Amino acid sequence: MTLFFESLFNGVAIGSVLLIAALGLAIVFGLMGVINLAHGELMMLGAYTTYVVQSIFKLPPLEPLFGAYIFVAVVVAFLVSGLVGLLLERSVIRRLYGRPLETLLATWGVSLILQQFVRTVPLAWSTGLWLAALLGLAGPPVVNRLWGPRQRPWLLRLGSWAVAMAVGVVSAAWIRGTLPKLARASARNVDVTAPRWLRGGLDLGDWTLPIPRLVIIGLTILAVLAVYWFLNRSLWGLRIRAVTQNRAMGDCLGIPTQAVDALTFAMGSGLAGVAGVAVSLLGSVGPNVGGDYIVGCFMVVVLGGVGSLWGAVVAAAGIGVLTDVIGAGRLLEIWPRMPAWLQGGVEFFATTSMARVLIFALIVVVLQVRPAGLFPQRGRMAET
Amino acid sequence: MANIRSRWPQLLLGVVGLALVVALPSLVSPFRLNLLGRYLSLAIVALGIDLIWGYTGLLSLGQGIFFALGGYGTAMHLQLNCHGCSRAPGGLPEFFGLYGVQQLPWFWEPFHSPWFTLLAIGLVPAAVAGLLGFLVFRNRIKGVYFSILTQAALLVFFNFFNGQQKLINGTNGLKTDLTRLLGLMVGSDTMQRYLFWLTVLLALLTWLLCRWLVRGRFGHALLAIRDDEARLRCLGYNPTPFKTMVFALAGALAGISGALYTVQSGIVSPQFMAAPFSIEMVIWVAVGGRGTLWGAMAGALVINMGKSLISEAWPQTWLFIQGGLFLLVVTTLQGGVVGWFQEGGPRRLLGRLGLRPRLSTYPALALETRQEGED
Repeated sequence: MTLFFESLFNGVAIGSVLLIAALGLAIVFGLMGVINLAHGELMMLGAYTTYVVQSIFKLPPLEPLFGAYIFVAVVVAFLVSGLVGLLLERSVIRRLYGRPLETLLATWGVSLILQQFVRTVPLAWSTGLWLAALLGLAGPPVVNRLWGPRQRPWLLRLGSWAVAMAVGVVSAAWIRGTLPKLARASARNVDVTAPRWLRGGLDLGDWTLPIPRLVIIGLTILAVLAVYWFLNRSLWGLRIRAVTQNRAMGDCLGIPTQAVDALTFAMGSGLAGVAGVAVSLLGSVGPNVGGDYIVGCFMVVVLGGVGSLWGAVVAAAGIGVLTDVIGAGRLLEIWPRMPAWLQGGVEFFATTSMARVLIFALIVVVLQVRPAGLFPQRGRMAET
Repeated sequence: MANIRSRWPQLLLGVVGLALVVALPSLVSPFRLNLLGRYLSLAIVALGIDLIWGYTGLLSLGQGIFFALGGYGTAMHLQLNCHGCSRAPGGLPEFFGLYGVQQLPWFWEPFHSPWFTLLAIGLVPAAVAGLLGFLVFRNRIKGVYFSILTQAALLVFFNFFNGQQKLINGTNGLKTDLTRLLGLMVGSDTMQRYLFWLTVLLALLTWLLCRWLVRGRFGHALLAIRDDEARLRCLGYNPTPFKTMVFALAGALAGISGALYTVQSGIVSPQFMAAPFSIEMVIWVAVGGRGTLWGAMAGALVINMGKSLISEAWPQTWLFIQGGLFLLVVTTLQGGVVGWFQEGGPRRLLGRLGLRPRLSTYPALALETRQEGED
């Protein structure tokens, strides 16, 4: 029985990392039909954001709050990746709607650029750059909202960009001065220090549950519920679903479809940032961290059925449990007296990489039987 | 006679090209020649991708599988027939000794024979591609799903080859440069020169084969699949065999390309099946011009040469440039560079810059046709 629960827990833990990584992709791919190969790199940005946030929380005035930095990191990572996603949608993706293969190539190009960006630009300067972009973009709408529309919009825009640049440069210089670790760029991996309450395990008599895994499972559940609530219960979620189902009709009924596109993509990207926080808790963070997850994420989305949130949940859990069962050779523990030939086979696949081989092969087989995934969409959407 | 006179530019081009190819080994250093040979072999895999993507509309992100299979076939044969190499006990290739393997794995056995190896370089990748393609196309999986599935298949093979030390030396790959082929060391300058010429010859033959294919009825069927598969079905054709055949053919070309690349780079490793490399292959075709055979070959050659030259000078910038190329091609140059020229891109560019070129007016057109008619 312990064995069963242990296997289940490990499987759910693996699956929850996959799911939180795939969640943003499920939105971007499922709702917009955009193949975002830069998704892994948006996760990487989230992971680096976690690193920057925890570095800042190590400074004296904030040090007593170090245990809580992870919550700040989740929010900031969502904003960082979301903003990058927004810029990406505005500049590139917008031109490519309806041509998924082209989005695949373009986003791959973006992922290369982001990887090299992280290698060559020091974190201090990228933080400043991001702050400047945020202020420059957010300034005019905020001022308009607070004090009514301006007489000369261009002056406002110019002013806000000037302020944003100044803030960006000052903050970058300040980070450079106070945190020498962030002043130089390097291709080497960095390690995020988890707060004390996040380390260690939870004792449950026979075996211990590692707390980081528990936190990731919790974060994943929260993220899934938040996405579900947003898509099905909020006004913008309603608009997003409407545009997905029938763009022309939505447009006629006054839904701002371009804003919906931008919002959807930004939200998917932001979720990648949150996934990045989770990933940073599991190991060191480097420019290539995104590449490890991207194909697994696509498998989750395709296996679950494109556009189906619950499909993604089921697929991630299934892949997670299977990875544990196959990769740790658990069949041998459950059934110790299996025939020799089968035993050889089980042992052959009982490593992480061979487990992946078998699982990907299984996915290809499942897609033979159910080409549209486990939970295919029905109705009009399915035809296009 | 008239035929020859109208074709003299082509003949001249052919003669100059031949002279260049024969003379090139004495003009450039062996290092550059080797690089050029490698990139020419990559042009062959690019032709295959052009067939399946440019002409048939199937974007495969898994050509690395077939490329590496061809490479592994060659390397296995060379490792087995290396008489001067140091050996593990039992006369096995050296690396088997490291893992304590006593008996040659069964699938190595047929690679003792050079004829089998030559066949396997093309046929094994073609068979794998054909099987995969048949299973996928039969279920009418297409577009993006096909791309993702091929990438998943790529990962399966990558993880398998990466993890199996005892069968094919895992991550380390198989080295070929110290082995012997026809009495010559594979890594030697003389052998590399012959391999360069062989690559040129094969690239040319592949190009002719592809040209013959796309100009015939088969090519028309491929174009029909790309442009409107549903209509083709309604006209009574079954697209599945066409797609399977062209995918298998592209696999075979990738295998040949991989074999040539392996003997010229001196090693085959699972890195040939890494996901970025397969996507790079697609980009050569996209930049050069999908749907044009010349474009695919030129794209593979020029981008790889650019990559090696730029990475030598400024190692940091190559990924930026490559990423930028992706974005540029996808957003503005959809037909690639060759496609841009074919669609009258230069003239439009000049027009946009304010230097309006003379338009071909009606009398000029009439004049040209009359001149052609005389020949």
